[in-house]
Amino acid sequence: MSTLAITPDLIAQHQLTESEYRKIVDILGREPNYTELGVFSVMWSEHCSYKSSRLHLKRLPTRGKLVVQGPGENAGIIDVGGGYVIAFKIESHNHPSFIEPFQGAATGVGGILRDIFTMGARPIAVLDSLRFGPLDDPQAGPRNRRILQGVVAGIAHYGNCFGVPTVGGECIFEACYNGNPLVNVFALGVAKKEDIFYASAAGVGNPVIYVGARTGRDGIHGASMASAEFTEESKQKRPNVQVGDPFLEKLLLEACLEAMQTGAIVAIQDMGAAGLTCSTCEMGSRGGTGIEIELDLVPQRETGMTPYEIMLSESQERMLLVAAKGREGEVFQVFRKWGLDAVTIGAVTADGLLRVRQHGRTVAEIPNRELADEAPLYDRPHRRQVAARRARGPSGVAPIPNAQDALMALLASSDICSKRYIWEQYDYMVRTNTLAGPGADAAVVRIKENGVSIAMSLDGNSRYCYLSPREGAMLAVAECCRNLATVGAQPVAATNCLNFGNPERPEIMGQLVEAIEGMSEACRFYGTPITGGNVSLYNETLGEGIWPTPVIGIVGLMQTAAPVTRDFKTPGRPIVLIGGIGECDDLHFGGTEYAKVILKELWGLPPALDMDYEKRVHDAMREIIAAGLAESAHDASDGGVAVAAAECCQGGVGAALDFDADLSPEFLLFHEGPSRILVSTASPDAVVEIAARHGVAAPRVGITMKHALAIGNRGAALVSVTIDSLKAAYEGSLEKQLQS
Amino acid sequence: MKFGVIVFPGSNCDHDAWFAVNHNLGQRAEFIWHDSATLGDIDAVILPGGFAYGDYLRCGAIAKFSPVMAAVRKFAADGGLVLGICNGFQILVEAGLLPGALMRNRNLKFMCREVRLRTETLDSPFTAAAEAGQTLRMPIAHGEGCYVAGERTLDELEAEDRVAFRYVENPNGSMRDIAGILNAQRNVLGLMPHPERATEPLMGSSDGLVIFRSMVRAVATAPATAAALQPAAALRI
Repeated sequence: MSTLAITPDLIAQHQLTESEYRKIVDILGREPNYTELGVFSVMWSEHCSYKSSRLHLKRLPTRGKLVVQGPGENAGIIDVGGGYVIAFKIESHNHPSFIEPFQGAATGVGGILRDIFTMGARPIAVLDSLRFGPLDDPQAGPRNRRILQGVVAGIAHYGNCFGVPTVGGECIFEACYNGNPLVNVFALGVAKKEDIFYASAAGVGNPVIYVGARTGRDGIHGASMASAEFTEESKQKRPNVQVGDPFLEKLLLEACLEAMQTGAIVAIQDMGAAGLTCSTCEMGSRGGTGIEIELDLVPQRETGMTPYEIMLSESQERMLLVAAKGREGEVFQVFRKWGLDAVTIGAVTADGLLRVRQHGRTVAEIPNRELADEAPLYDRPHRRQVAARRARGPSGVAPIPNAQDALMALLASSDICSKRYIWEQYDYMVRTNTLAGPGADAAVVRIKENGVSIAMSLDGNSRYCYLSPREGAMLAVAECCRNLATVGAQPVAATNCLNFGNPERPEIMGQLVEAIEGMSEACRFYGTPITGGNVSLYNETLGEGIWPTPVIGIVGLMQTAAPVTRDFKTPGRPIVLIGGIGECDDLHFGGTEYAKVILKELWGLPPALDMDYEKRVHDAMREIIAAGLAESAHDASDGGVAVAAAECCQGGVGAALDFDADLSPEFLLFHEGPSRILVSTASPDAVVEIAARHGVAAPRVGITMKHALAIGNRGAALVSVTIDSLKAAYEGSLEKQLQS
Repeated sequence: MKFGVIVFPGSNCDHDAWFAVNHNLGQRAEFIWHDSATLGDIDAVILPGGFAYGDYLRCGAIAKFSPVMAAVRKFAADGGLVLGICNGFQILVEAGLLPGALMRNRNLKFMCREVRLRTETLDSPFTAAAEAGQTLRMPIAHGEGCYVAGERTLDELEAEDRVAFRYVENPNGSMRDIAGILNAQRNVLGLMPHPERATEPLMGSSDGLVIFRSMVRAVATAPATAAALQPAAALRI
């Protein structure tokens, strides 16, 4: 096969441009053979090389006093004190999840978990950010329902068996995801600071060892598939989706962590996208070394595999490691104990080359650094979005119901309703660290060893980002930080997953650039450097791109204690709205869930964000919680303050709220202005006093009570509904939609 | 008192059981690797939750052939306390130490939630510290927790007072709401819910300690168990 002639057609099939091909010839000083062409094509794919986004990603803040490892490794690392660190990252598995939802999502979980434990950290939490087409879409509805159920079952299958709790996430529905669902998986692990491992090959002559599953023909060109739009033919790519084995990954986790303790491992990297190719050349490039491997030694599941196939296979549950020469035996012993294959397949060399041999002949020889780090870099033309600044359409498309009917409709809508149907399929408490699980504003997982807990939240609002990628990205960061503040945690670092359409289109590239700018500014402001992440482009099907969907994951720290939770606890407690009811006008109302669900429209701009005020709200909230004053806390976001209040009632205790606002009932109840947290407290004066000290409005807006939720403005009743009917609308709605 | 926690390949609640015993119960726990021929000097053994051998073929179907299971059988036959939690219950059933079978949940989905259990008998080393009819809150997390057995077996379990726990609201379709059962000698308990996940207030419930404390009390007071026949072990309580 290596002798296959390199034709322009073949180059194009590998999604390499003419200039990229010329660069390959320059680097090699000759024409590549077929295997080398394949190796370059995956390493230089958008998925692996970030060639369209790298230039702009440089703007993201990546440094901070707690940052131990920023972008460039398998995961970012943050110091959490007491000699412990956390490693975390978010990654997309969008394309595979559309083609084969169950395995696509499952292997998405598997891939990110390997990224975490390859750093020496034991995974202790997973969160998922999911986007699907509407479940009731006239055409795509049945398929969307099938995709959701497959994705959720796949995540459950992998995470539950592996033994990592899936503790939170989000799930949103828009028509733009009909042909391109998003599955973004965040994972976080914990390690002792001195036990961190890096993927940097060192020590000429050190053996390169292959561990885990055998290599098969599955997943060849997965990375390239993830770097192209979907067409009708994409369904034929089903064999490109890998099949996951969480049991094997669990063994791999335990064996790797145990082998790391021997002190015989020099470097380690998982084989994810681009498999053996990526792990060899990246480890070599980071260490400034060469790596030589003999493919005959690679454990193979099938016979007759070509070098091209072995190098590009994306078979799951495999790791590559470099051991100290002479100490291989210690490593093999551990893997044998766990019943895993581990074989030496090559060695570290001094020449900086990735040299691949088969049957003793050299079948590929490429400089590691050029292959891994000198992929083409594009400053693609980008056009700033001329905002879709149209005003609200003629109302009457759908009759506007009264406020109470609107609230009930919102509570039952797919974006807002309880996602219990999803998260009850996840084991969210294995490892007994989960202090706040799914459904909470932020998930909280304790580290048993050092008395610190980690709060985590994922957020991304594509409606906002469609209206303004920049402001939408900033709002996502602000909301994540607010979610963390609501449970009492201090945000310290972030990871991002940038899901966009085809970057070769200037308007899409413009969205990407603006979103990165917004995210960058907000992360800088809130002191949450981005320590790693993922860019997923070409999220298009038949030329139809998704809305810009930058998803941010932020982690925060707090002392381990039972976190403050959403539900009202005791009747008769005063309720304070930290941050105040806020302002709204028609321009800033068009991106709300109310506009989507009730008016079926989208216009104007996202809610206005005052980053400084927002930060003061967080500071006040943390202080209120630290003083033990908050009995419950929940931020107002999607669906506005009325939905937030209705959610706080789900535990069985209701409330009577009466606002004092110059806003129409529509704006008052459903605007989505940020910087607002509903708190119930036995000590309202102390709460108000703390808020005032931070320069934050904190009106007393009501009192908790039994059985019902009543909302009014200046005495005029707007909503009066029993908790039972709120629960009926909120719970069970998703399941109903899935069964229809 | 010393608990042994068996580690099968794929066990993933082994650390949780270990932590519950060591930190929240204040007793000692040690891991026992699945290919051990013996259990060592322990007073009780826990088969933890997880997906032993990936639960391939059938939950627990491969684990029952693990070398350690011969030792568990002997330990049980000698009167030692054996607690199978979730996957551990499935293994005990597959191994024939408990009757019946665990099938897929009625809704065919994995299910993770807190449930309430009614203590059905106090006449066992796992429940003696409970109050009559005491309701315990603890989580379930399983895909195959629907307890099934023939009518005669079910009648026998009830007649012999071997149903240790029933669900107050049956989550998975288990026959006669059964959540946990005892063997005829009453020294082996299998249950689908996770008592080790309910052993401190931060976990949301401490009710699981009732089961562990019952075991501690039984070992301390019952000289008839095999473990207690070894004085060195008994003294270590």
